[in-house]
Amino acid sequence: MENIITIEGVAKSYADHHVLQNLDLGIQKGECFTLLGPSGCGKTTLIRLLAGHEVPEAGKICIDNTVVTDSSSGEYIPPERRGLGIVFQDYAVWPHMTVYENIAYPLKMEKRPKEEINKLVMRMIEVVGMKGLDKRLPSELSGGQQQRVALARALVADPSVMLLDEPLSNLDANLREEMRFEIKALQREFGITVLYVTHDQEVALAISDRIAIMDDKGYIRQIGTPYEIFEQPKDLFIFKFMGIANFLHIRKEQGKYFVGTGTQQLPWDGPSGTAENWVVGFRPSDAQISRSGPGLKGIIKRANFLGDTMDYMIEIDGENMRTELETQQAINENLMFTEGEECYISFRNLLWFDAAQLKEVESI
Amino acid sequence: MSYIRLINVTKQFGDVTAVNNLNLEVGKGECFSMLGPSGCGKTTTLRMVAGFEDLTDGEVWVGDKLLSSPKKHHYTPPENRNFGMVFQAFAVWPHMSVYENVAFPLRLRGLSKTEIDQRTKDALTATNLLKAADGSPADLSGGGKQRVALARALAINPDVMLLDEPLSSLDPHLREEMRFEIKDLQKKYGFSIIYVTHDQAEAMALSDRILVMKLGVVQQIDSPLDVYNNPANKFVFSFIGVSSFTDVVWSDGKAFIKGSEHPLPAGIKIPDRMKGEAVFSLASRPKEIKFTSADDPAGVHGTVLRKAFLGEIVDYLIKIGDQEVRVQIGRRDPGPETGENCYLCFKRPFWYKADE
Amino acid sequence: MSSGTIKKDSGFGVAQLILLISIAVLVIFVAWPVILILFNAFFVNGEFNSLDFYRVLTDSETFKALTNSVLIASMTTIGSTIVGTFFAWLVTRTDLPYKTFMKSLFLVPFMLPSFIGALAWKMLLSPYSGYINRFFMDTFGLTEPVFNIYSYVGISAVEVMYLFPFVFIQVCGALERMDPTLEESARISGAGLLTITRKITIPLVLPSIMSGALLIMLYSMAHFGTVAVLGIEQGIYNIPTLIYEKIHQSAGSFESIRTGTVLSTVLIVSAAIIIWGQQKILSRGHYQIIGGKSFRPMELKLRGLRYPLLIFCLAYIGFTIVLPTIVIFLVGGVATYGLPLTWENLSLNNYKYVLFEYEVTKDAIFNSVTLGLAAALITMFAGVMISYVIVKMKVRGKGILEFLGMLPFSVPGSVIALGVILAWSGQFGINIYNTIWIILVSYIARYMAFSLKANSAALEQVHDSLMEASRSCGATMWQSLKDIVVPLVRPGMISAFFLIFLPALRELTVSIMLYAPTTRTIGVAIYTLNEDGETVMSTALAGVALVIIVVGQSLINHFTKKAGE
Repeated sequence: MENIITIEGVAKSYADHHVLQNLDLGIQKGECFTLLGPSGCGKTTLIRLLAGHEVPEAGKICIDNTVVTDSSSGEYIPPERRGLGIVFQDYAVWPHMTVYENIAYPLKMEKRPKEEINKLVMRMIEVVGMKGLDKRLPSELSGGQQQRVALARALVADPSVMLLDEPLSNLDANLREEMRFEIKALQREFGITVLYVTHDQEVALAISDRIAIMDDKGYIRQIGTPYEIFEQPKDLFIFKFMGIANFLHIRKEQGKYFVGTGTQQLPWDGPSGTAENWVVGFRPSDAQISRSGPGLKGIIKRANFLGDTMDYMIEIDGENMRTELETQQAINENLMFTEGEECYISFRNLLWFDAAQLKEVESI
Repeated sequence: MSYIRLINVTKQFGDVTAVNNLNLEVGKGECFSMLGPSGCGKTTTLRMVAGFEDLTDGEVWVGDKLLSSPKKHHYTPPENRNFGMVFQAFAVWPHMSVYENVAFPLRLRGLSKTEIDQRTKDALTATNLLKAADGSPADLSGGGKQRVALARALAINPDVMLLDEPLSSLDPHLREEMRFEIKDLQKKYGFSIIYVTHDQAEAMALSDRILVMKLGVVQQIDSPLDVYNNPANKFVFSFIGVSSFTDVVWSDGKAFIKGSEHPLPAGIKIPDRMKGEAVFSLASRPKEIKFTSADDPAGVHGTVLRKAFLGEIVDYLIKIGDQEVRVQIGRRDPGPETGENCYLCFKRPFWYKADE
Repeated sequence: MSSGTIKKDSGFGVAQLILLISIAVLVIFVAWPVILILFNAFFVNGEFNSLDFYRVLTDSETFKALTNSVLIASMTTIGSTIVGTFFAWLVTRTDLPYKTFMKSLFLVPFMLPSFIGALAWKMLLSPYSGYINRFFMDTFGLTEPVFNIYSYVGISAVEVMYLFPFVFIQVCGALERMDPTLEESARISGAGLLTITRKITIPLVLPSIMSGALLIMLYSMAHFGTVAVLGIEQGIYNIPTLIYEKIHQSAGSFESIRTGTVLSTVLIVSAAIIIWGQQKILSRGHYQIIGGKSFRPMELKLRGLRYPLLIFCLAYIGFTIVLPTIVIFLVGGVATYGLPLTWENLSLNNYKYVLFEYEVTKDAIFNSVTLGLAAALITMFAGVMISYVIVKMKVRGKGILEFLGMLPFSVPGSVIALGVILAWSGQFGINIYNTIWIILVSYIARYMAFSLKANSAALEQVHDSLMEASRSCGATMWQSLKDIVVPLVRPGMISAFFLIFLPALRELTVSIMLYAPTTRTIGVAIYTLNEDGETVMSTALAGVALVIIVVGQSLINHFTKKAGE
């Protein structure tokens, strides 16, 4: 696959704070690529470097076979000549222009003929589901509608790449869910390359072809498909960042592995490593709860009825973990526990991590 | 034993009836939630209990004390009701230290110095704030501020605690933690809670009983499990969790999901009361639908419009006829791919008439 | 970490050019005059001489003016704070009838120039000829006047009448934006409304009260008009009036300039301290009290006091606004000052005369209107440019501009006038003294603060991403400025224009120090005609000025409401 964006050795800092250091990244033509990381990790900086609103201190960026910025040669192409579509977190829809005028602006800048502009704009308005609203001002639109205008404006001039910077984080949960599928559908329809920046792992999983995980120091930890990132995380940081994570401390004694401070042996193959202290990580759905075993014996600390799911907090030999199951299943299989009851936990999958890594991820 | 009683309570703002003839009883030590979309009257009801709004009609009682009754020209102002209350926007006083915030209600009661100090410290200890006592609440995080508000409400050792969306200004992670803290405090102090929220999971997790409200009218009062298992009507069903509604029509004595060529299979029992309806709804929840095989007698034929891997769950949009249904399965459960045909098994279908 | 524009590190770009122009504007119009004042205050014959500074300062006359300024400003501040806070509380936290109307009524004093108010009060309460004093003396056979307006209390009282809205607006805003649950939570804790007001409400809005109070302090210290009209006759001078007297009497002698610069230095320093204090209070005590769901805040039920308090408010407005205004119009209608105000004595002759025949007043109106327009236009554009650099641009050396941008806020009018005289009367190659240009230059300096404030506020609303979005849509930087920034900042520019034009129309403090026989402004004409005993002409012109101001203000309200929609 051909790369449409190539980032080579890019560095950027503000005052003494190094936001990005020696970053390499390639984004393939036609894919939906997500840069996922905690807030403040430098992902927005990368978008601004690509858009041309910032200049890197070192490194080179190519878009569509053109060098847009190269710190060694001093080459720099201003934002207006990079041919990108951008959608911002705060929509950035111009409040003094109607929906039509907002969407028509990029075409006007290209000095396209009037009839063509009209045709393209009206089509875009229809594509983003805003038919009949073309004469409205942004102040008369909801947040979701404003974001649709921003999307239409970014797409109308047929850019080679669309950059989206946390476009959904100002929307409420329902709308966010709806819009992420719309963005995905638009990407498919236009066959456009998308670089999407977010801190929301669920959005990233839902829309991406590939995801890059960036840590708070601006390093990329792993690049892979959503499935790879979720099921085969390279380290604890990624594992914890991708969703609710359980950890049990495991103690190694005479080649055997025990949970917490207790005497129950972990019913699972040992790790391939020499460390003495380990943690096993697993998702709530990887733990199966039962009344009579097999598995590790534990005590229900909290039983939480959340509607369609039951959420249990379980203590196993001084270690706490969470598991969830569907309420219907719980009722049917006599798994409605109350606090203080005994239960057994077996596992579908466990990931071993060196306990030393735990400290690093505490704050996530 | 009912402790707080609202009898035929009605509240009108001009022509708008915010609360219509509401009756409810909350027991001593009970956690009672009022759940509904914004503008349903739940907050107005809470504010009438607190005394910030007067009633248009009806009575509010706590124990054997009448608090509000326009007919009897009786009204106890909020400051004499001896309730604890926590607000959405924290409402801690930024010009006082954490300690002073909590001590304020005690000082107003003219207690002795040592008693004020003792009870303030007790409340601060219960909310893990003792270390922050001398600081300004402005320096605390959202969760910290809400703890100060809780401690302040606890300090007077109230019998009734009114909570107005106390967690919705917090981020999701903290919200869950605080939920447990509130529950623990209630266990320790034994006060009754009236809790207002629009978040159904929060209400389910906290409450002994839930009241679901819509446009000022009570829809259902029941335990969380009963509200979930036996929703009183379509509104309650749709408000408690994610839901899909599919139109069903009769044709030649067989039920068809609208636009579908295949009739609903014999394995699906349609209640008799739907017999005369031109169009009615099959209501379902995404997690209560499973993929099944073609030979399942209750299997409904559909096509996968969209499949999205969301980590713990895999989210599907399935097209049946011209209707769409959301399905969510666990990430380890087998499921079809986008564009494929599939069969759905509705584990727990609900049926509603079109005008319900 | 945001920037509206992009630049490359090398070379001298457009950004640097704009920065340099901006710095130049502020230096030439504001900083240079101030520097000249400080220089002249401390340097005699090119040598540093602080002893001389001390000598001038302790001279009995200057020292008296100094203490007078402080005394009058203190009394005015205390009075205005009490009046402003009380009325603000009344219209936001009680069930006073017709509250919204009353609120707008309390803003009317802003429109009335305080020296015109002072003029009216002089006619009402001057010891033996004031109408009120005469009425009581004639009716009750008193031998002593009821109240002597030519006194510290009189001067302060008149200043309070026209300055209290500074506190009123600030406190109203804070009370309205305050989250009602802050008070409700006190109530549920067991506090009654009076306890809440004392322990919760007032402490929470204290920063706003203080900030309004300091604003009044600053204004009153450097205020010329009221003291000039009511004080000079009894020998009560404050700093600005003494500077004026000195310069005026001696026609710009070295000694008088020196006294002026020393006094101005005192004003500059006190202004700096006050501004610093205000910033400090606002940043430290800036409580986050906004937020939450919006309920109507609790209201204190006034019960039996509702209508008496309404009548009190109306009486206050009637006494401080309506009465003086009527007096102005009536006295402007009689042939000679002192005639009884009866129908037979009233005519429109004076108004016709000042508007169409009398050269002095015709010139004054023309001068004020053209000066106002020119100053408003120039300052508006300069303000946009400077604000843009400060708010949006990321260029090296911006810090200098940010510092210079603070200056206009803290330099009082009479200081500007004196500084402008030092800078523009030939010592540095340009002599525009005694021409209309020198007044224009000083207006630009005086009103730059208004323009900076309105334009920065508007620019801060224009989020960087709006500009970045248009760049990414293919627009160059200039194109984006034209299509995005300018249209969005336009309301700010328009409001800056009017914020300058209207006060400039009635300006007195600066013009009085700079006018020549042919360059009187409306304010100067009213003041000098009154000094010269042409009381009725002066009042008729004041009446005309009031009409212009009210019409202008209504136009602004109309426009800003439209822009808001």
